[in-house]
Amino acid sequence: MNGERLMTSPCAGKWSSPRGRLVLASLILLAWASPIWAQLAVRGETVYTMAGPPIADGVVLIKDGRIERVGPASEVRIPRGWQVLTAKVVTPGLIDAHTVVGLSGYLNQPQDQDQLERSSPIQPELRAIDAYNARERLIEWVRGFGVTTIHTGHAPGNLISGQTMIVKTRGQTVDEAVIVPTAMVAATLGDAARGQQGKSPGTRAKMMAMLRAEFVKAREYAEKRARAEAGKQPPRDLHKDVLVRVLNKELPLLITAHRARDILSALRLAEEFDIRLVLDGAAEAYLVIDEIRQAGVPVIVHPTMARAFGERENLSMETAATLRHAGIPIALQSGYETYVPKTRVVLFEAAIAAANGLSFEEALASITIDAARILGIADRVGSLEPGKDGDLALFDGDPFEYTTHCIGVIIEGDIVSREAR
Amino acid sequence: MKMSVSLATLMGLMLWSGLVRAQETPQAFIGARLIPITSPDIADGVLVVHRGKIVAIGPADSVTIPADAQRHDVRGRIIMPGLVDTHSHIGEVEGADASAPIQPDIRVLDAINALDDRIQKAQAGGITTANVMPGSGHLMSGQTLYLKLRDGRTIDDLLIRYDDGRIAGGMKMANGTNSRRKPPFPGTRAKSAALVRAEFVKAQEYREKIRRAAGNPEKMPPRDLRMEALVEVLEGKRIVHHHTHRHDDILTVLRLAEEFGFRVVLHHASDAWKVADRIAAAGVPCSIIVVDSPGGKLEAKDVSFKTGAVLERAGVLVGFHTDDAITDSRLFFRQAGLAVRAGMSREKALYGLTMAGARMLDLQDRIGSLEVGKDADFIILSGDPLSVYTKVLETWVEGVKVFDRSDPRDRLYAVGGYGASRDRTNSAEYIAEEEWE
Repeated sequence: MNGERLMTSPCAGKWSSPRGRLVLASLILLAWASPIWAQLAVRGETVYTMAGPPIADGVVLIKDGRIERVGPASEVRIPRGWQVLTAKVVTPGLIDAHTVVGLSGYLNQPQDQDQLERSSPIQPELRAIDAYNARERLIEWVRGFGVTTIHTGHAPGNLISGQTMIVKTRGQTVDEAVIVPTAMVAATLGDAARGQQGKSPGTRAKMMAMLRAEFVKAREYAEKRARAEAGKQPPRDLHKDVLVRVLNKELPLLITAHRARDILSALRLAEEFDIRLVLDGAAEAYLVIDEIRQAGVPVIVHPTMARAFGERENLSMETAATLRHAGIPIALQSGYETYVPKTRVVLFEAAIAAANGLSFEEALASITIDAARILGIADRVGSLEPGKDGDLALFDGDPFEYTTHCIGVIIEGDIVSREAR
Repeated sequence: MKMSVSLATLMGLMLWSGLVRAQETPQAFIGARLIPITSPDIADGVLVVHRGKIVAIGPADSVTIPADAQRHDVRGRIIMPGLVDTHSHIGEVEGADASAPIQPDIRVLDAINALDDRIQKAQAGGITTANVMPGSGHLMSGQTLYLKLRDGRTIDDLLIRYDDGRIAGGMKMANGTNSRRKPPFPGTRAKSAALVRAEFVKAQEYREKIRRAAGNPEKMPPRDLRMEALVEVLEGKRIVHHHTHRHDDILTVLRLAEEFGFRVVLHHASDAWKVADRIAAAGVPCSIIVVDSPGGKLEAKDVSFKTGAVLERAGVLVGFHTDDAITDSRLFFRQAGLAVRAGMSREKALYGLTMAGARMLDLQDRIGSLEVGKDADFIILSGDPLSVYTKVLETWVEGVKVFDRSDPRDRLYAVGGYGASRDRTNSAEYIAEEEWE
């Protein structure tokens, strides 16, 4: 993706240098002639920067794929020759904090379902980048509603199902899309993690026993490798390597757990092995708020419209609000769907959360800056601030209203969608 | 409706709680914006209901409120008819089993849990009538029920009866891939149609035998519950509710309906936008579902937010359904909202949630709009029906309030939370109130 950005910005960095002014003048002429070199200004009746109060009649300048300036139109002049898009409401490109699209395809046939490998319950070595179909229709679908960044990868359903990654919803290949090749390691506790056909883990306690054993083994492996003389290290173990990165706090463990007792087990595991934990789903989180807050763990809350069945029978549309107002960092997600619809749209999930206790801006934060912080990418995306990626979503009204349309999507300065959706 | 057995039963059951008193006293709802559906909106209206029926509706200055009426100040609110969900699986409904692909004798009446939390959740979503159906894994999976979502104790409390005493309901059919399995189920689309055809031919013959018997018991064919149900279908007394997705499967349904003359409603109809003119020409209504993304199964790969708009333009009668639990009954308005997002008119979308559904269930004389003489099934909303922020505040069925968001028990069903998926019977308060006496 950096390649693409460079292609459209052959002189990044030179614009502001005094010596480059002459070059600048000739490039402006070029920009007139060649739309792909045009720099982009977005003007909105309301611009939600998520880095301060909303700006009335705001302007966002995007230069060479990055945000250059943000402010009221009275202060930010749009340079001549720049392409200008206007919208009623402008937000940062939306972030889906947890999905499986790209690994899970819309046809729902065996050949497009790569989100769960059932051969063994613990497979942290499975990399999301080896399974991502950048041309999957669902990626284009969610992008049409303003989603520019997704945290996707191996699905809940195995004790450890594999790795997740973070991509932009663009590009023809995973290389063009990816921004974080390994973001987290996906784990599951509770009924969904039970082994198939009588295989372990068959019980909750067994799940925890297996996870403990894995992390103990991984720690020993890391210590052996560190202590061994050169040439005498134990052979590289790709499986353990990933768990070591979790133990080293390089990678968070993303544990999907819905029942209160499974959430507590996740917290126990994180404390015991001193690992970074991100809770996922967490339908009954409202029963253990103090414990989650004390552990300082963020929660990627289940889709607001998730079905209240099985382990999610006690879910509430108000959980996002309850947790957020208790001081727990939250983000929203589209989740993992196995039938119809094959994916949810995180914008719609935030809309229902906004109708159930979250304020408008809290709900918007849950799919922009707050999601970016939990995913560790807030230096690049999630708000409209100078230096960040030029990722924007444009709407013709309140983005959460059923009847509003997303009328434009911009990723790193490129207009990737202009169809009203 | 004539005072039906079911309503009489319900009223008997409710004696203890004073609800009958509420029904005996006229209830006047004053100051809301009324959306009657079949007539223009009334900005500052009055709705009066009495004994389960709407007795007056109009602008505040034109309606005489009975002196003994209980008055409800609903200024700032919106009142519209209770919603009609034309396709739902609430009540833990089950239909046919795996023994055969065509089982018209199956009645979901025998398989519904009237205390299912999802019935409460549907009330919380403003749904007052639901066509509760068996699944789509059969060519014909059984007789459906059109239920009034009263606060019932048993299934009998929820039934609707026609004037001749028959229980209101339709017949569920399906084609495409869901009903394809190993024998005796069909393995192809043509076989699916062939099996259905053969069954309807048998039913025609059975009907003919009855006709020729001309009332003579000696000449009557032996009773056949399967054939009796199909004869009801052939005679238009039982509408076929047909699951179908792909454009060619839709055309097959139209072909069979024309061939045998049965009345049919197309359900889901993912590809309907591709054959809208054909559906319009056949005069067949469409009950659509708006889901968040295409796919999830091959047949639904082209499902579109635009289907409602395309069908509306073609002149097709368009309704909606939740297919609960595919979508949540508490978010039924969302279907109409998303259809409007994609170009359907607001007027037809609201019609689709109410009156269109009533017509698809042959209940247009009783429900679906706010008109004098119709059942007092209505909902009170906090704001615009197509806004995501709007809440259903109250749901009334036949003049009885069945959902009140300000009641913590009802609110639990509306938003979820601990215990929200339990049967109503499991609620400690419910038992404590001795409603089981």
